[in-house]
Amino acid sequence: MSLTHARGRPKRSVTYMRDRPRRWPNRPADRHKAEARTGRLFTAPAMCLLLIFLIIPIALAFSLGFTDAKLSSPQPTRWVGLSNFEDLLSIKPLTLDEARVRELAGPEGTVRTALRSLTKNGSGTPYEGMSVLSDSVAADGKSGSFWLAGDPLFWKSLRNTAVFALVVVPVQGGLGLLLALLVNSRFRGRVFFRTVFFLPVVMSMVVVSILWAFLYEKDGLVNNAIKAVYPSWDPIAFLADPSTALPAIIAMSIWQAVGFHMIIWLAGLQTIPAELYEAAKMDGAGPWRTFTSVTWPGLRHTFVFVLVTITIAALGMFTQVNVMTKGGPLDSTSTLVYQAFAEGYGKQRIGYASAISFVFFVLVLCVALIQRRLTREKDA
Amino acid sequence: MSILARNLPMAALGVAGALALAACGGGGTSAGPAGSAPAASGGKTKVTMWTHNAGNEVELKLVQQVTNDYNASQDKYEITIQAFPQESYNDAIVSAAASKSLPCLLDVDAPVMPSWAHANYLQPLTIDAKLTDPLLPGIKGAYNDKLYSLGFYDAALGIVTRKSILTDNDIRIPTIDQPWTLEEFDAALAKIKASGKYDYPLDAGTGWTGEWYPYAYSPLLQSFGGDLINRADFSTAEGVLNGPQAVKWGEWFQGLFKNKLANPKESEDRTDFLQGKVAMQWNGSWAIGDAAKKFGDDILVLPPPNLGKQPYIGAGSWQWGMSATCQTPEAVNGWISFGLQDKYLSAFSEQLGNLPASASVQALGKKFREGTKESTYIELARKYALIRPPTPAYPFIAKTFEKAAADIISGANVQDALNTAVDAIDKNLAENNNYQ
Repeated sequence: MSLTHARGRPKRSVTYMRDRPRRWPNRPADRHKAEARTGRLFTAPAMCLLLIFLIIPIALAFSLGFTDAKLSSPQPTRWVGLSNFEDLLSIKPLTLDEARVRELAGPEGTVRTALRSLTKNGSGTPYEGMSVLSDSVAADGKSGSFWLAGDPLFWKSLRNTAVFALVVVPVQGGLGLLLALLVNSRFRGRVFFRTVFFLPVVMSMVVVSILWAFLYEKDGLVNNAIKAVYPSWDPIAFLADPSTALPAIIAMSIWQAVGFHMIIWLAGLQTIPAELYEAAKMDGAGPWRTFTSVTWPGLRHTFVFVLVTITIAALGMFTQVNVMTKGGPLDSTSTLVYQAFAEGYGKQRIGYASAISFVFFVLVLCVALIQRRLTREKDA
Repeated sequence: MSILARNLPMAALGVAGALALAACGGGGTSAGPAGSAPAASGGKTKVTMWTHNAGNEVELKLVQQVTNDYNASQDKYEITIQAFPQESYNDAIVSAAASKSLPCLLDVDAPVMPSWAHANYLQPLTIDAKLTDPLLPGIKGAYNDKLYSLGFYDAALGIVTRKSILTDNDIRIPTIDQPWTLEEFDAALAKIKASGKYDYPLDAGTGWTGEWYPYAYSPLLQSFGGDLINRADFSTAEGVLNGPQAVKWGEWFQGLFKNKLANPKESEDRTDFLQGKVAMQWNGSWAIGDAAKKFGDDILVLPPPNLGKQPYIGAGSWQWGMSATCQTPEAVNGWISFGLQDKYLSAFSEQLGNLPASASVQALGKKFREGTKESTYIELARKYALIRPPTPAYPFIAKTFEKAAADIISGANVQDALNTAVDAIDKNLAENNNYQ
């Protein structure tokens, strides 16, 4: 740093140097110290803000996660140790055969009444207070096996968040690149297309979500459009069906943010020197070869940036869910951030919400570190 | 770690920007938390009121009128109104309470009041008994034998439909004394469905979220014989919310949507009935105005069906309360007493379609006079109203029930959904020491 700095300063005449009051200590060691001091001074405001808005909240979330803090309660907050994390993360398989069902619920009892006798509050079993995450019950209802979880919603939210990220990251990134390549070529009206693709980005996510909720209705635009192409189409209320709600939100989210990543890709494309393309042309490379040998290597840094920003945005998905579905139907669109919000504000369980937030933070950190590791090896 | 390091400058920039914005905006909004520190201006002490009415023009105008008249009637206090959209109102109150900046005067949904009183957001009111005695019971919010809130009206639920639809389909018109039984109601829905004239026979109101779910659907649960919580001592929901009666309710309720008798995902405006796309609407007394305007004398207000035990509807609507931090109780008690004049109460019921607060108010207005269709709601409120469980656990119970009902609508296993809700409620009760 200091070397570049010294080299970059204009050369001055000796007389000029002598007239000026001395600002920099002469000895290099002192000079380093002074520079470091200045550096600290300049970063201080940023560090202060980071401490207040990033480090302290994370520390608070971590420590609140060990309490039963509530948003409003006359009761003092109590330390509850690991119980929030236990509730959140506990998951157990349970198989009840016919003999066990008879033992628990009598000869007439079903597997569900037997299960209830194990999970009921005050039952004293290891399954107390746990709920059904998934089940497979025999046709006669007399036996079955279950996955029980302390908080089934957490596992569903985790799965939804993962599905969302796994679809959105490649599709949105790839589509963004495709659009960037299209609007980067020379044709009339390309500024128009750039603007059109970018438009959804400047709209508020809340507004976009409300509009798309209308589009997805049973007599909404999407169903009518499909019906126009396939007259035999049976309209579905996309957001009311557990199997289509998440895909609908994914499609909307990709549409909303793809323009932003198109612009990033476009910026990357325009840093690739035109000479390389000329050389490729002279070597007789076709469009695909040009892309794999010139364009793609030139976009490596852009790729890392796009990958990281989409991943972080996808893992933090919240607004769409809060506006369009509130996590439903049947928890099919709940995400970790939405669950933390609903627990903390809706049910006022700040302690539990903090535990969710902290687990979420650790997961995102892991994903980010893994991504960094993978992309760094390619860098070298 | 390096990703974090790389993004730090950007994050810092964002935070700095937000701070700058907050600093700029601060001056404009400083009038908000005036609850604890009344500021004098022009000789009058300013008192802030928060209300949930931002989306309801007519009601807000009425509140504004009461306030203007009150401000002009004395020269000690000046009440200023801040209106919030209903959806975010409760969250705003909870956040304001956490930061100790509640306004002096605020409105509160009746079932939520015990929770706010228990959390020390509210202090009891002192209103002359002469004013409160004639009021309907659902209008007075009492908790621990103290009056914490008072409303200007009550609301009731009923089935709105058209006489011609029932007669065309050969369906008996139920009366308050002889409501439909479960079998009759099911048969009526099936007949209307079979007529093929409607998208759905019933509009249950699934497009509204939040408090509407427990307000509209827990009376159906109670009619089957279940309830949200055991009302004996409010310490468990076991056997009540997940007992055989509750499961019967859940399966019947789920069947409405599975058999396409009602739309599981309605739009929020609920205009399908007015457009003739549905035959019946399960809705509050506030909705009768538009329907009567559209269909005139053909409109009928029906009692809810008797699904087993007896018909039920909820009671208690929005009411006025005073924050615990309020330094000017005189202003709050004065404003509420001032608003309890018959002419204002009558305006609230006439213009909003809400139930008149007392018999004299009923006599004053036109809409709810004896013998009108609207007066059916008053009969329903007298005969079948059951307040939502008056426990500080109610907001949690309401959210839990809302989720269970939404899951049931979407096709969840009824017993599992109700068991999960019971576990959550019982755990919350234990965590809060039964709200003692």
